[in-house]
Amino acid sequence: MATLIKGRRVVSESSPSRNDKIVRLEPGDDPAAVALEGVTRVEINFPKFGDGRGFSIARLLRGRYGYTGELRAVGHITRDHLYFMERVGFDAFELREGEDPAEALAAFATFSAAYQRA
Amino acid sequence: MYVYDQVDQRLVDERVAQFRDQTRRFLDGKLSEEEFRALRLRNGLYIQRYAPMLRIAIPYGLLSSRQLRKLASIARKYDRGYGHFSTRQNLQLNWPKLEQVPDILAELASVQMHAIQTSGNSFRNVTTDHFAGVAADELVDPYVWCEIVRQWSTFHPEFSYLPRKFKIAINGARADRAAVGVHDIGLHAVKNGEQLGFRVLVGGGLGRTPIVGQVIREFLPWQHLLTYLEAILRVYNRYGRRDNIHKARIKILVKERGIDKFREEVDAEWAHLEHSVATLTSDDIERIETRFTRPAYEKLENEALAVEPGFLSWYKRNVHPHKVPGYAAVTLSLKKTGVPPGDVTSDQMDAIAGLAERYSFGELRVSHEQNLVLADVRQRDLQALWREARALGLATPNIGLLTNIISCPGGDFCALANAKSIPVAQAIQERFDDLDYLHEIGELDLNISGCMNACGHHHVGHIGILGVDKNGEEWYQVEIGGNQGDTHPRGDGETRPGGHGETPPGGHGARLGKVIGPSFARADIPDVIENLIHAYLQHRDSEAERFVDVVHRIGIEPFKERVYGHAHQRAPRRQRELAVA
Repeated sequence: MATLIKGRRVVSESSPSRNDKIVRLEPGDDPAAVALEGVTRVEINFPKFGDGRGFSIARLLRGRYGYTGELRAVGHITRDHLYFMERVGFDAFELREGEDPAEALAAFATFSAAYQRA
Repeated sequence: MYVYDQVDQRLVDERVAQFRDQTRRFLDGKLSEEEFRALRLRNGLYIQRYAPMLRIAIPYGLLSSRQLRKLASIARKYDRGYGHFSTRQNLQLNWPKLEQVPDILAELASVQMHAIQTSGNSFRNVTTDHFAGVAADELVDPYVWCEIVRQWSTFHPEFSYLPRKFKIAINGARADRAAVGVHDIGLHAVKNGEQLGFRVLVGGGLGRTPIVGQVIREFLPWQHLLTYLEAILRVYNRYGRRDNIHKARIKILVKERGIDKFREEVDAEWAHLEHSVATLTSDDIERIETRFTRPAYEKLENEALAVEPGFLSWYKRNVHPHKVPGYAAVTLSLKKTGVPPGDVTSDQMDAIAGLAERYSFGELRVSHEQNLVLADVRQRDLQALWREARALGLATPNIGLLTNIISCPGGDFCALANAKSIPVAQAIQERFDDLDYLHEIGELDLNISGCMNACGHHHVGHIGILGVDKNGEEWYQVEIGGNQGDTHPRGDGETRPGGHGETPPGGHGARLGKVIGPSFARADIPDVIENLIHAYLQHRDSEAERFVDVVHRIGIEPFKERVYGHAHQRAPRRQRELAVA
């Protein structure tokens, strides 16, 4: 079972209730085309370690389209991504198999400052 | 010199800790090869032909004596006592040990240096004019803008996993000494009345598909620099190709879309970003500006020239004008015959650090032509400096001349190379060892790349040589007529926004060379160059007409005839075989 981090804590996944409305996006999907009304969780898939398209999708969902629900990164995610992913708006992360959950949590503090204002 | 504040220092220290952890996990088998590859590359670490290669960042080519001494000591302690200055103004070590790289990075951090994003699919070192801040034709000191872009592009959360590497060059002078036309993004400072801005070029680049950049925006007021870059990068990050590494650079996206369509997309994105928090203010600029130390120039008069033979030819080629009276900029040539272009030993680095301290305020620059520049030398000290540089083997008076060869490390070191570069450079330097003849030939850029990745920028050499592989053998293709940029501009260099002014043709004077024909064996290259030079000397209308000007005026045919006519007489059979190869 892959580790799930939410709000900087390791949690176990509860099965979706009928009120949950989940949308899953692939890297090539256009966030402008997603009907976000009533959506409780958006999952963005990172099929490969180095595919950075999901970072832009997250930025757009949070910034331009005002999405405030859970934004979860799924796929090939290691602790090395967490710091950047959190900064573009992800708040939930499904780590790939083999990642140590406690060590992974420390990765949110990889850098204590950022050059970019946004 | 840019001086770190606490945040800069903390970030490089934290980066060292991060990479130490990543290296440990890799060695423990907790990170796969593929994962570690993406991570080590963005710390400048390649796995090369014989050993790893570590590329150390020298932001916009600016270096202090203290830093150079540290590099010398690192090369001694962790490597084989020498380093290689690259065309991206960085320093490469060819023999470090993987396990020791975190320690090397920690040593670098102790002198405000790092290897962050010197490789991998991320923003690379921002490069600029090696005469920044001292050139008389400067509109604006590009260092401040380079640093602004460096900070913005360092650990950018959204753009850390781009489709491919991304290179930005900034030029602040009228002449383009930063080759902005062959970068993913080229920024050329321009003034609209009193207002400073940038002409923005996009989609240039060399590599296996060389393309000259196109103007996407004629005048971008400086306040909007970062938001506009963000718009370009977002379009690229989302739509740049990721299915084929050879089609992943932004130049391919721009080419496939067409510049007009691409501009529309960027503008649509920028409409949302234009007035966002990333808009720059004069406070931002001042904050960065004050972090640079500036040389405390004395009030001096220009000096009359001494007339020592030897000194004069050095003065003519390696000394450059300075905007402050009584000062000059000096190029220390790393292109002595018999030494791989751009290579320096640790002992030389220490000695150069000393020269910089005694003659140039303890600072130096790395040029993209792989030489070192002492930018602030008192004219009255030139002769003393020349004597010392000569004793160190750093005073070859060949800057701008044929033997100032730009070359990648090639097959002697690089795993990607099809062919060796360094022996070719050496053979050419040996053939053209007569200084008077070299000076008579005049300005000529000769570039060598060991493979089509084009690290030696052969496409923009006046003469470009490319190593190619034919059935496991090393051959060399020759191009002529390339040009890195408009290094000799005419006119006032000011832009006239609104399309009334003259837009420079293509990417700011950058031009790509044309292949003259079938490739050659390594041993034939000096003859080929000699024939090209003979054709040039025969056709030039005056000494002022450079080799590249003649190629552009009369085309490549007369050169081709000269080269293949001769080769044909001497080795008809091989040429026929080659023609069908």
